[in-house]
Amino acid sequence: MATVRVALPQHLRTLAHVSGEVSVEIEGPVTQRSVLDAVEARYPMLRGTIREHGTLQRRAFLRFFACEEDLSHESPDAPLPEAVANGKEPFLVIGAIAGG
Amino acid sequence: MSKVRVLVGTRKGAFILNSDGKREKWDVSGPHFAGWEIYHMKGSQVDPNRIFASQTSGWFGQIIQRSDDGGKTWHQPGTPPGESSTTPEGMPRSESNKFAYDATPETGKPLTTHQWYDGTQHPWEFKRVWHIEPSLTDADTVYAGVEDAAIFRSTDGGKSWKELPGLRGHGTGPKWQPGAGGMCLHTIILDPKNKDRMYIAISAAGAFRTDDGGTTWTPINRGLRSQYIPDPNAEVGHCVHHVTMHPSRPDVLFMQKHWDVMRSDDAGDSWREVSGNLPTDFGFVIDVHAHEPETIYVVPIKSDSEHYPPDGKLRVYRSKSGGNEWEALTKGLPQSNCYVNVLRDAMAVDRMDKCGVYFGTTGGQVYASADAGDSWAPIVRDLPAVLSVEVQTLD
Repeated sequence: MATVRVALPQHLRTLAHVSGEVSVEIEGPVTQRSVLDAVEARYPMLRGTIREHGTLQRRAFLRFFACEEDLSHESPDAPLPEAVANGKEPFLVIGAIAGG
Repeated sequence: MSKVRVLVGTRKGAFILNSDGKREKWDVSGPHFAGWEIYHMKGSQVDPNRIFASQTSGWFGQIIQRSDDGGKTWHQPGTPPGESSTTPEGMPRSESNKFAYDATPETGKPLTTHQWYDGTQHPWEFKRVWHIEPSLTDADTVYAGVEDAAIFRSTDGGKSWKELPGLRGHGTGPKWQPGAGGMCLHTIILDPKNKDRMYIAISAAGAFRTDDGGTTWTPINRGLRSQYIPDPNAEVGHCVHHVTMHPSRPDVLFMQKHWDVMRSDDAGDSWREVSGNLPTDFGFVIDVHAHEPETIYVVPIKSDSEHYPPDGKLRVYRSKSGGNEWEALTKGLPQSNCYVNVLRDAMAVDRMDKCGVYFGTTGGQVYASADAGDSWAPIVRDLPAVLSVEVQTLD
């Protein structure tokens, strides 16, 4: 069981009624998909706000960063960096500057 | 004495303006949902304390919010009756932001593309809810007009939404195209005398009517003429900006088209132009006096590329004859250097004995008239750009 830290943009923190980072427990591989599945399971009001309904594609104006790397275009099933999986670094959901 | 509640959606949040029947002193609350675009808010006639809001963002997509206490508190609908309103972790349950086009072979399959700006075909993609229309008879039933154009219905207070696919499946979809604001279904009008009849309007497709509760739809655009489509008199493709109706005469419709102010006396089967002596017949809003079905209001805008009032003068035009003869209403409105726009859902009327008229501007002003348009005063003047204005008259 891994405990993964996730940093959400301010508007999503407001929707989820949280004030800081959130943590989710992941069984099995720590990937974008497993982390976001866990986030949406715990905060169902965020379904559709990070990934599109149905397709689960990343919304166009959101980016995924971790460990100073842009992971937005990595496979959703690729393992996230070890530092994310062991909780040393957060998985960052960032609103693109161009969006909105 | 009755009270008035004005619901204002803006580019950066929602505001609620309350006043007594005199409509002189206003209490302003907000911003609600700060930082989000609030395309529309509307209250239920069945339960006026139930208000729905479309909260939307280019980053985060679509959220539906509901208040059951007149706008004091809000939640995303989605709790089944009898169940806890929160998850075991204490979080609200919600899937009310899910708008999925009907893709079943029986209904959704026939139509999957519309015309793109460049004339090529483009797949339907959900973007946002432009307009929310609560049922006239059931507090849990509500309709949503969305971009890309389609109509959805919820029968559980906004918790879940299902498309009425007969509209998108009408067969003319490949000829629908986005206007400058996107391909949006922005107007939904429920017939108070016929529960199975409903009107909608789309930019840029035109107006449609259903007579069977939303199962099948008929384009109602005969008489419209639009130079920006290959056949100016085509069945669909017209950029209708807004349509309005007086509830006492549901067969009489008034339309502000991209250009032209139009009128129908046969439930949309045919239209005739009533622009008359307007300084320009381009505009977005149109509305009807609460007690005088032949008294209508528009705000002329200079042109399709110059979205501000002609001559820098903000003027509401009123016709007391159902069109053609118009008078400028200017008292209290800026008559120099005014270059704001008034968007299509940003005008509304109250039902007080002396009808109140309200509109919001892209400059952040919300103007009110407590004397049917004879004089105006700003309720607020420095909000974010106003996207929509609705009014509730409360007993």
